[in-house]
Amino acid sequence: MTVQEKSWKEIPPAGICWKPSTEYLTGDWKTYKPIMDSEKCTRCTLCVIFCPDGAIHWNPGKEDIEFDYDFCKGCGICANECPTKAIEMKLE
Amino acid sequence: MESVAKQKLLALNGDEAVAYAAKQSDVDVAAAYPVTPQTIIVERFSEYVANGEVDTEFVCVESEHSAMTACITASATGARTFTATAAPGLALMHEMLYVASGCRAPVVMTVVNRALSAPINIHCDHSDSMSERDSGWIQIYAENSQEAYDSMIQAFRIAENPEILLPVMVCLDGFTLSHALENVHVLSDDIAKKFVGTRQFPRVTAHEGKDASFRLDPENPISIGPIAFPNYYFEIKRQQEEAMKNAPKIIQQVHEEYAQISGRHYGNGLLDAYCLEDAEIAIICLGSTAGTVKTVVNELRAEGVKAGLLRIRSFRPLPVEGIVKALEKVRAVAVMDRSLSFGGHGGPVFHEVHHALYDTPVHPYIVNYIYGLGGRDTSPSHIRKIYEDLQGILQTQRVEDPVRYVRLRG
Amino acid sequence: MFSEWKFTAKDIAEKADLFMSGHRACAGCAAATVMRLVLKAVRGPIIATSATGCMEVVSSIYPYTSWATPWIHTAFENVAANASGIEAALKILKKKGRIKQQRIDVIAFAGDGGTYDIGIQALSGAVERGHDFLYVLYDNEAYMNTGIQRSGGTPHGASTTTSPAGTVIPGKVQYKKPIADIMVAHDMPYVATASPHYWRDLITKARKGIEVDGPAFLHTFAPCPRGWRSDPSKSIEISRIAVETCIFPLWEAINGEYQLSAPSKVIALRPERKKPVREYLKMQGRFRHLFTPKFEKIIDEIQQLTDKRWQRLLKKCGIV
Repeated sequence: MTVQEKSWKEIPPAGICWKPSTEYLTGDWKTYKPIMDSEKCTRCTLCVIFCPDGAIHWNPGKEDIEFDYDFCKGCGICANECPTKAIEMKLE
Repeated sequence: MESVAKQKLLALNGDEAVAYAAKQSDVDVAAAYPVTPQTIIVERFSEYVANGEVDTEFVCVESEHSAMTACITASATGARTFTATAAPGLALMHEMLYVASGCRAPVVMTVVNRALSAPINIHCDHSDSMSERDSGWIQIYAENSQEAYDSMIQAFRIAENPEILLPVMVCLDGFTLSHALENVHVLSDDIAKKFVGTRQFPRVTAHEGKDASFRLDPENPISIGPIAFPNYYFEIKRQQEEAMKNAPKIIQQVHEEYAQISGRHYGNGLLDAYCLEDAEIAIICLGSTAGTVKTVVNELRAEGVKAGLLRIRSFRPLPVEGIVKALEKVRAVAVMDRSLSFGGHGGPVFHEVHHALYDTPVHPYIVNYIYGLGGRDTSPSHIRKIYEDLQGILQTQRVEDPVRYVRLRG
Repeated sequence: MFSEWKFTAKDIAEKADLFMSGHRACAGCAAATVMRLVLKAVRGPIIATSATGCMEVVSSIYPYTSWATPWIHTAFENVAANASGIEAALKILKKKGRIKQQRIDVIAFAGDGGTYDIGIQALSGAVERGHDFLYVLYDNEAYMNTGIQRSGGTPHGASTTTSPAGTVIPGKVQYKKPIADIMVAHDMPYVATASPHYWRDLITKARKGIEVDGPAFLHTFAPCPRGWRSDPSKSIEISRIAVETCIFPLWEAINGEYQLSAPSKVIALRPERKKPVREYLKMQGRFRHLFTPKFEKIIDEIQQLTDKRWQRLLKKCGIV
């Protein structure tokens, strides 16, 4: 999670960021983990839309929902909003 | 090379000279707000826009804070940017001045020096720009309107140099210069434009690992202006200081190159010495006061007094070595400050010069004169008195009171 | 005036995030959802800019950035001036042939502090000048980034760290400033309110704001579990109930003409569907003190104020 800290000669000027936040994993913040019941899920993708962390992906190839636990902070919005109650929050 | 004779001679006041220079500098975005004694600059520039004489997007903002902000983001987007202000406006910009230098936005700004409130006063002193001396801006002080014009044209080249990428403030004295007509030699539009050139962008490695141009470009996205914690803030500030260290060389180069096309020199671009080589006593000052001092130096020289003048043109970066060298043989120095550093030991220029001389083996006597606050006139007789004081110091071999006030009722 | 952009949920789900994962917003932050959704509405390349605030800080902790698009932050009170500078630069650089893209849209993001309070001058100025940009207010109703201090956007009765519910004073005494109406009064081409639960409505409005020539203002509602003392999983639900109680009605004003948006129109046509504000207030700890005998009358006041503002809105929308 930490980065090699650089000297002032090595970094770009003006405080330009040099790492995408996708290299900063926020998944370890969570206490509860969303678990999806594939049979109940209608693939409506509302969970993908509402997730504040972009941690649920719609895979068009597989036509399925995928959780990205590297970024999921365990807020439970997906479970709360799921119209078919297909997502359950479970203690990690 | 274009000789002086081939240049047009126009009767311009200082503000008009600045606006004229901005007109010739292919400015992409100008954002400004009216404030006395700078107003003529934005008025003239607005006329150029209205008459289609410039290809510039003029953003007539609702405050100086927004003027500086818009210049910073326009600059980050890739535009050459220009603004102008004076005391209260500069003070309102304060926060954004640090952001401009921190974002390495090469904004060029004219500051028409004016006293800070309270009480409100529209006349000249240097309290406005001196209050911003640590904001990471290059500061150039012009002696006359000709120099204000010339400095403006040079400023874009200095600011945008990839080794610098810092904002530049060109300062000229309010009313004394801004509103006084002067014969100003101006370059032809073509030559000025060619000299200023087109803005170039250094390459940076962006967060997606791609080589990107240092500007907001959707093809290679970069993020500017993040939050940096104690682990990196310091490093980013150190880079700014390095840019300042690179600046004297570039300021001199640009000044020299400009001299080639204009025939005009201002010392070496950093310091402008007058009759200093064999001087025993000298005055150090900034801005238009130097003109008055020169008159007195001429008189004194005619009387056989070895008087000289050192005008600091680049106050930021401060040419420390140059100051030390210039004062090597001088025995007594009067530093003139047109602002107060309340509670400090004298004014800011005095602080700097005093500090620069500390490490020299032989110090001249040094004394500070606070003068001209809120536009109080300083005439040749007052300057003459300062030189007489210096002669007195040489006789008594001591400085009784190091911080003195010129023309202040006791 | 607007394109006929149609999209499905899956279109939105598939579209890459310009506000990337790994940002450090709190769990359950609805403002982060707002950011993602607004940025799903883009029609091409954009330059984004943020005021100092939650969404700025969480997305740019050096050396990381969550922005997959060019982005700049300068200060707190000036995001509309940021946008002004960017837009002016794009206009002239395009004219001079110094940028390749045919069109680059400009989107500014600010919280309630950066909009209602310290940023209103720059906002008002930029709108008056007519810059072509979308301004997105993510309203979490207090200075959350600095620790839940009240702003001009904090509602009546809410407890914050600078309007704490005490033994004498029941939270914030003043009322929420009608910021979107203030923007309509600027006679600007497009103003709308949006709530993330109604994601389709929100994305559609963001797109309209991007497409419209000249300035557009999108007021989004952004429940904040940390500051509202609410369950993080309920953020989107709260954003629904705020609409259902008419605490935060959804509407848009195109060239100054108000019209209710579908979720609020349903309530206007079927007033029995309008829920009491109590249902909204009880979900949030910041209103907990109102559910005590001493301060209970504040709930009635909030209900009355909500009704009054709702009726006023209906009149503006031509619904009597």
